[in-house]
Order: sequence, then structure tokens, then C-alpha cells
Amino acid sequence: MGSYIVRRVLQMILVVFIISMVAFFVIQLPPGDFVTSYVSSIAAGDRITQDAILALRQQFGLDEPLLMQYFRWITNVLQGNFGLSFQLQRTVGDLLAERLPLTLAITIPTTIFVYAVAIPIGIYSAVKQYSVGDYLFTFVGFIGLAIPNFLLGIVLIYLSTRYFGGNVGGLFSPEFENAPWSVARVLDMSRNMALAIIIIGTSGTAATMRVMRGMLLDELSQAYVETARAKGLSEWRLIMKYPVRVAVSPVLSTVGFTLPAMISGTEITATVLNLPTTGPLLLNAVKSQDMFLAASIILILSVLTVIGTFISDLLLVWADPRIRL
Amino acid sequence: MSEVRTDMPAEELLDEAEPRAESRAAIASPLRLMWWKFKRHRVALWSGYFLLFAYLVMATAGFWAPSTPNERSRQLYAPPQWVKIIGPEGELRRPFVYGYEMTRDLNTLRPVYTRDESQIYPIELFVRGAEYKLLGLIPWDVHLFGVSEGYIYLAGTDSFGRDMFTRLVYGARITLSVGLVSVMLSLVLGLIIGGVSGLYGGWVDSVTQRVIEAIIAIPTIPLWLGLAAAVPRDWPAVYQYFAILVVLSLISWTSTARVARGRFLALREQDFVTAARVYGAGTGRIIRKHLVPNIMSYVIVTITLAIPTIIIGETALSFLGVGLRAPTVSWGVLLQEAQKIQVIQFYPWLWIGPALCVIVIVLAFNFVGDGARDAADPFSK
Repeated sequence: MGSYIVRRVLQMILVVFIISMVAFFVIQLPPGDFVTSYVSSIAAGDRITQDAILALRQQFGLDEPLLMQYFRWITNVLQGNFGLSFQLQRTVGDLLAERLPLTLAITIPTTIFVYAVAIPIGIYSAVKQYSVGDYLFTFVGFIGLAIPNFLLGIVLIYLSTRYFGGNVGGLFSPEFENAPWSVARVLDMSRNMALAIIIIGTSGTAATMRVMRGMLLDELSQAYVETARAKGLSEWRLIMKYPVRVAVSPVLSTVGFTLPAMISGTEITATVLNLPTTGPLLLNAVKSQDMFLAASIILILSVLTVIGTFISDLLLVWADPRIRL
Repeated sequence: MSEVRTDMPAEELLDEAEPRAESRAAIASPLRLMWWKFKRHRVALWSGYFLLFAYLVMATAGFWAPSTPNERSRQLYAPPQWVKIIGPEGELRRPFVYGYEMTRDLNTLRPVYTRDESQIYPIELFVRGAEYKLLGLIPWDVHLFGVSEGYIYLAGTDSFGRDMFTRLVYGARITLSVGLVSVMLSLVLGLIIGGVSGLYGGWVDSVTQRVIEAIIAIPTIPLWLGLAAAVPRDWPAVYQYFAILVVLSLISWTSTARVARGRFLALREQDFVTAARVYGAGTGRIIRKHLVPNIMSYVIVTITLAIPTIIIGETALSFLGVGLRAPTVSWGVLLQEAQKIQVIQFYPWLWIGPALCVIVIVLAFNFVGDGARDAADPFSK
């Protein structure tokens, strides 16, 4: 176990390093360096002297070779200095501290929601293969997989404005927007977050329950299931005790794909539902080519994904001794 | 792909005369075996036919659309007209649509359309109308359907009075082609990178694997957004189209690469590869003649499952306003309208149309991909 953890940590560091290069690449991508975009973004207001431009270039080391620039940037990032958002005139670190908690507060429950809903449905579908329920869930699953979550958000906004006269979007309903914290306000917030979780979780749930169904079906046709049945074990205990435990482990190991998908879903759904996560912030940053902000968000989300996957892998190894170390 | 032909006598044999089919199956290529199995998956087969039809419509958009995508009219925000066959007095007529009478809601100033039963526009087939270029080459003016007097808006009109049905058909051109071309691009990238990684192994393989892991760990939408930010706003539409293509495939090659690597790793130890090497075949020949045909079925599965992701990607990016932009017409661009809450609420046909198109196409690709996956698995019944 110890050597496995060490190896995984080393691998993880390498992956994070590559991710940081991708993020740096994103910063470099737009034509011109960011001082040019900074200058053009403030040119409308006050004027900026050539000297000031030169000073900025030197401060960020833009005259140095690319490799040096990367090291300068990554050293700063490692010290918690993510740079400056030109458009908002604030440090990226401040903005992240403001927005990131909500992104996580939505992503983590959504991931749990996905597995908590998908695994029981998958078990049901496999055990009662070709039953009405199985067909129903298969159908719902395919539809859920085909609807991009931002469209689901739009449909929800439409239905609630049209038929319920309600208001969707934002973290709070208007009457609680500026109210002091109270039980009612917390309830209101959790209602809006639950909505987001359902929207974001739908496609993940659809995909995961298909995988769970397939895995369990493979197990159910194995000889050991028949043996246990012949020995007179009750059907319920038999299924839960052996095949489900075998089938669930590869399903849970898909978390490395599910987690990035959930974050993706959170970010785009948040822009539709107008939730103050990093999503709308990133979109604005991208639109105004505020590249330090954009790259930092990408970097931090990806690193969190890697860490999340790492933790879940460790839990999986701990729970399932068959996984080779 | 040329090996997947429907006119093979062998497949009839498989259906009708089992014993003889077996000897045929012994020499059938993996792709043909896959096609035989795929055909038995009804939903997948019909989804496949539907997709072929969709791509045909896409290629000949001008013919299927009654108008042209930027043709404006005086009917702004008109809801969809229903095709009727029962006339105002209950008599049976050839299919027609009613004209509209427009009034304005005096409080909100929104146009309100009511059916005007005195205006009846019969629908005609193969009518002459606005000129377009068939397949982008041949000028023609015949449209599948249309009306010779009045107007026909089967999917309503937008804020400029442009026919949404026409715009949906033209939008398919961009959205569906982005999916296909981008997947081809990522297929080439994935095959080369995955192949090199699997064939050479060693540190090349380790580095490639870490790079792929890193890309998979980055949430797609944020990365797409970051890359799309680099596409200059003032580029002409064609450049933007290709830039978005590249952005989308820069991420999706990883799945093909993983599959290619895994299969190459498994296959290079096989006896027939050793035999070919002993006979003096070069690496290039072994890859082309022995390895690639054997992984084709897996690759087909991967790309049919990747196309919907790319289509959703284009739609999402354009919807957010960082992908394609008007005057380009794609389903994602059409969905941009749904950024406005008033449009979501009061003119639902503006987003329900493109949304349905995306969902139906993605659904069809998922069915085909599912069928192909079952068919590619040699152990499935």
C-alpha cells in the first residue's frame, strides 16, 4: 500500500505539472501578450505611457524566453500568487476564494448524487432485465444522456416561469436576496442548489447506471451466483453480497471521468442558472481575454479533479483488495 | 469502410443458411463480422439510417428548406404554423397553413399572432423559390415544399422574421459537419499518438500516458473555453469554423489514442505479427496491413461515441458565445437566443427547435454507438 501511494503521488505530480503547462499554454495562446490586451482594455479610459508598458513587461518578465516565463509564473502560483485579473482589477486569488467554494459545494454533492441514484437503478435494471422498469430506465437513461445539461437548465427555467410563475436562477429567490441569514434563507438556498444538482447530475446518472447495469449483468451470469442460489441463499442477500460488490468497484473507479464531467457541467449550468460559481467568472474572463484569471481557474479546477480522483482511488484500493497495487 | 457493403451475398447466407455461413465467416474481415452483428440491433440500424438521411439533408440543405437562412420577412416572432388538412368549414383539403393576423400586446408591445382563417396557403411540392447552390456548386431554385402565395413557417420566425425551419436545416450543415470533421481530425491524431505510444512502449509510452491522463483530468468545458478564447473575434467565419474544429479535436483525440494504444500493445505480441516480421515486412507495412484493420472496429465504436460529445461541445461553446458566431448559422448559434430570459419564456420555438435537433441527433449517435460497441465485442451474443 505504501509503495502504491508513493507511486501514485509521483504520477500525480507529473500529471499536475503537465496540466500547469497546458494552463500556461492557454495564457500564451491569444495573439499579443497580455500587456497588449491590458493596454487595450484600459485604453478607453485613462492613457498609459510607454514607460508604464515597459515596466509592466519587465515586471512579468515578458522579454525573457518562454521557459523562463513559465518558471516565473509557476513559482508565483506555487506561492499562492495567481496574478491579476486585468478586467476586474483584483487579484485572481481573491476571486477564486470567493467563487471556488460554491463550485465545490455543487460539484461534490452532485457526484455523490450521481452514484447514489445510478447504482441502485443499475442494480434494479440488471436484476429485472427486460422488465417494464428496465426498459423505462433504459429509455430515461438514453434521453438523459442526450440532453446537454445547459439545455435541461433552459427547459427548467421555461417550465417554472411559464407554469409555476416561479423564478429560477441565482442562489437565492428575490425575497431572500438581501435578507439576513435565517433558516428560511438556508432552505431557499438549498432548494436552488438541489435544482442545480439534479440538472448537472442527470447525464452522469444516465451514463453510470448503464455501466452498473452492464457490469452486474456480466456478474449475474457467472457460475458462482448459481452455486450460491443452489445453496439456498435468499435472492436479495445473494445479489447484494456477491455480484453487486464485484460489479460496483469498476463503476466507482470511473470517478476519474465523472469528476471532470461534473465540474464541466457545474460551470456551464451555473452560467445558465446564474449561480456565482467560477463558471460565469471563467466565461467573462475568456470573453475579455483576461488570461491569467482564465488559466488559473482551469488550473485549479483540474488540480482539484486530480486530487479528488486520487482520494477516490485510494478508497477503492482500500475497499477492494482485488485491485492490483 | 469500403468493406462494409450491403450487397454481399455472404450476409444473406448468414441469415438463411447457417452451415455455409460459418465457412464464410471464417474468412470474413473483422469489419464485416461487425456489420453482420450490427444489423441485428434494430434500433441502432434505424438510427444509422436516420443519421445517413440527416447527413443527406445537411449536404443538400437548400432543397429541403423553403427559404434561405437570411431572408427576412415582416412576420417577426411568429409562432410555428400547423399543417392542416381540414378546412375552416370542416371540409377536407390538400395540406395547407393558415395565415396570421398580428396585433400587439399593448402592455408589453410583444407581437401577438392569431390565426386568420380567411387566408389559406396550400402547400405545394417542388416549388420554385429563392435560388441556392446544391452541394455548394449547382445553382438551383427548386424547393421540396413551399407556398406560392403567403408564407410558411413550420418552426416559427425569429426577431428578424427569418424562417426558423430554414435556419434549422442550414444549421445542421455546420453542426453536423463540425462533429464529423472534428472526429476525423481527432481520429488521425489519436491513431498516430496512440499507435506510437503502444508500439514503442518505454518512456515514450509513459510520457504519452501522463499527457493523456492530464488532458482527461481537465474539465472539458473550461479547457474548451480557454482555448476558444484564443480565436480572434475579427476572423472571418470560415477561419473561426476551422479554429473551433481544431479546439474541439485537441481534446477528443485522447479516447481514440487510449483505444489504439491498448489494442496495439495487445496485438504486437500476436503470432501473426511476428510471422509478418519474420517474412521481412517493415513496421509501416505491419501497421497498415496487420494492425490497423484489426483495431478498426474498436476505432469505429470510439468515434461514433465521440461525435455526440463534439456536437454538444460545439453547441455549448456557441451557446456561451465563444464558439461560432452569427452570421454563421449552427444549432449552437441559434441557441444563443436562449441566453435571453424573455426568449425562453415568450418565444419558446426559438430554442425548442434547435434543442430538439441536438437531442435527436445525439440520441441517434448514442444508439448507433451502443449497437456498434455490442457488435465489435467478439464475445457478445
